[in-house]
Amino acid sequence: MKTDYIRPLDLKQGRVDLSHGGGGRAMQQLIRELFAKHLGNDLLAQGNDGTVLPQQAGRLVLSTDCHVVSPLFFPGGDIGALAVHGTVNDVAVMGATPLWLAAGFVLEEGFALADLDRIVRSMAAAARHAGVQVVTGDTKVVEQGKGDGVFITTTGVGLLPEGVDLSGAYARPGDTVLISGTIGDHGMAIMSQRENLQFDAPIVSDSAALNGLTAALLASGATLRLMRDPTRGGLAATLNEIAQQSRCGIVLQETAIPIQPAVEGACELLGLDPLNIANEGKLIVVCAADSAPQALAVMRAHPLGQNAAIIGTVTDDPHHFVQMQTRFGGRRMVDWLSGEQLPRIC
Amino acid sequence: MKYVDEFRDGDLAQGIARAIHAEVQAGRRYAFMEFCGGHTHAIARYGIPDLLPEGVRMIHGPGCPVCVLPIGRIDLAIHLALERGVILCTYGDTLRVPASNGLTLMRARARGGDIRMIYSTEDALKIARDNPQREVVFLAIGFETTTPPTAVALLAAEREGLGNFSVLCCHVLTPPAIAHILDSAGSGEAAMLDGFVGPAHVSAVIGSAPYEPFAAGYQKPVVIAGFEPLDVMQAILMLVRQVNSGRHEVENEYTRAVTREGNRRAQAMVAECMELRDSFEWRGLGRVPRSALKLRERFAAFDAEVRYALSYQPVADHKGCECGAILRGVRAPVDCKLFGTVCTPDSPVGACMVSSEGSCAAFYTYGRHRNTE
Repeated sequence: MKTDYIRPLDLKQGRVDLSHGGGGRAMQQLIRELFAKHLGNDLLAQGNDGTVLPQQAGRLVLSTDCHVVSPLFFPGGDIGALAVHGTVNDVAVMGATPLWLAAGFVLEEGFALADLDRIVRSMAAAARHAGVQVVTGDTKVVEQGKGDGVFITTTGVGLLPEGVDLSGAYARPGDTVLISGTIGDHGMAIMSQRENLQFDAPIVSDSAALNGLTAALLASGATLRLMRDPTRGGLAATLNEIAQQSRCGIVLQETAIPIQPAVEGACELLGLDPLNIANEGKLIVVCAADSAPQALAVMRAHPLGQNAAIIGTVTDDPHHFVQMQTRFGGRRMVDWLSGEQLPRIC
Repeated sequence: MKYVDEFRDGDLAQGIARAIHAEVQAGRRYAFMEFCGGHTHAIARYGIPDLLPEGVRMIHGPGCPVCVLPIGRIDLAIHLALERGVILCTYGDTLRVPASNGLTLMRARARGGDIRMIYSTEDALKIARDNPQREVVFLAIGFETTTPPTAVALLAAEREGLGNFSVLCCHVLTPPAIAHILDSAGSGEAAMLDGFVGPAHVSAVIGSAPYEPFAAGYQKPVVIAGFEPLDVMQAILMLVRQVNSGRHEVENEYTRAVTREGNRRAQAMVAECMELRDSFEWRGLGRVPRSALKLRERFAAFDAEVRYALSYQPVADHKGCECGAILRGVRAPVDCKLFGTVCTPDSPVGACMVSSEGSCAAFYTYGRHRNTE
């Protein structure tokens, strides 16, 4: 008898069962053969209830994000990569360098281990690409019907360089608003999967880690007021948040806002406004007007900012309205989204 | 976007705007009602008021399908979902229409009702086929545009013998609503209307002929227009020209989709499945005779009102809500005390605040900066 032999996880046919969250040997095996195998690093290998992090000289940024997207796999990404990108971006837009992630998994009984393996591999690849480590985690299993395959919560820690101070409250009248590329790609990639919309060129999610782009902007010396990633609620929601926080108005130029024809067409078909559609790899920058050409050049020089554009101006407005000069020649409000437009997109 | 951008061209819009400015007579007021929510939405979304001369005023009409749905009808649907355990299917915006007891279909869903948003009647049929052990009810709302798909579903259900499928029919008709607004002109309410921007999609189904009696009888010009902003601009120009020359004709700006006789095949399918109700309650307009459809006797097995022996109970709107006057074009959204305070798109009190086609929601979402200038 081989006393230390355990039959390996069946990654082809196997499924998550309640024992995988039970705290026993099955859970240990899942962690070892799946999570640690792909995500492993020195810090994760400490194997304690908490991970001791190396001392850092400077202020830390902490951010957390839950991911519940359906479908789990979509053109341009999956929930695993998304869970890394979402939190890395939240830390990066604060001006910080993302360093570590914690990951919590809620698995549904019956979920295919092959799919879980694919998701964790994708997470690992995304983390490597973004230069962050997953250093601690947790797994729970819920009964069949009580979850939707897998939900992932990630929490990120980043180091804020000396002198960097960005906030949604710092936009000032006269500042310039930029976006790093086309809007609505992620939301419509998800939506077109759900609604079985077929396009000649499928809409692909823009899910990506923005920390390279934010680092380049910070290094350029441009006078940045704030950076934000317009996820749920799209460009409209994020700009309204900025207008509220900074107690200012914003005026956009519709003709300047980059959008892919397929996304625009899909929105038209479904009666959605692309300004409300989620992005997962786009950056909004508000900077001093005289820094705008420089910020634009830096963004366009980066692979994730090739379609960057100057899209608007911060104004003095006691009502804190976001408005848009329409292509048609009129002016309208750009409001928050009311109610839910697309359920479970990130 | 091909075939769409052409109808949203800013330069062409400026050209039409110049023509409207040139035609409008100094000191004369022009008040036009756009009947359809689709037009209301386009006017607000593209900022059309910025392109119009001061003398031209657009008044929003009652043509928003969810806005005119009375509380009592939503109550019936909620009853079916919560008390009778059916799967209730309906179109998106309907889920947020306020009903009795602080409920909406969305909130009824949170209380355990199996309420599903669908994009087409085919989705409802599929749900019925996939759940043979459950009863599936389609809450059918809308004007003549959404009525033919309901007829298609009824015919399919009959053909397939889909015994667990039924329709709660709340389809309403455009011409009687326009007539109702014009009839109330006697009391001074709509007397100020100089003409109508006629429906786009509705007219594609019913044709332009049904408007001819209004134009002649009430001496009001009607210009049928598409839902793109250039369509609306062009229609306004055509209306100004009719008013200036004292004409009151039905003109068709939307020739790429609308003919005089409309879609005969769709009309025939609707006529096969549905017939006129003696009277129907509209939110804002009250009971309007012969203004809505019910299922024919032949489809009684698919008629949720028959199947579940439902009896309609009218429910009064919130006391402060001006939806009624707003739907008739007598008041503007900002005239309502609730507008933008207790009534917003996130927590609508009145139905006009629910759909993006509702005049209050369109003004709140796209146009409320105008009120502060």
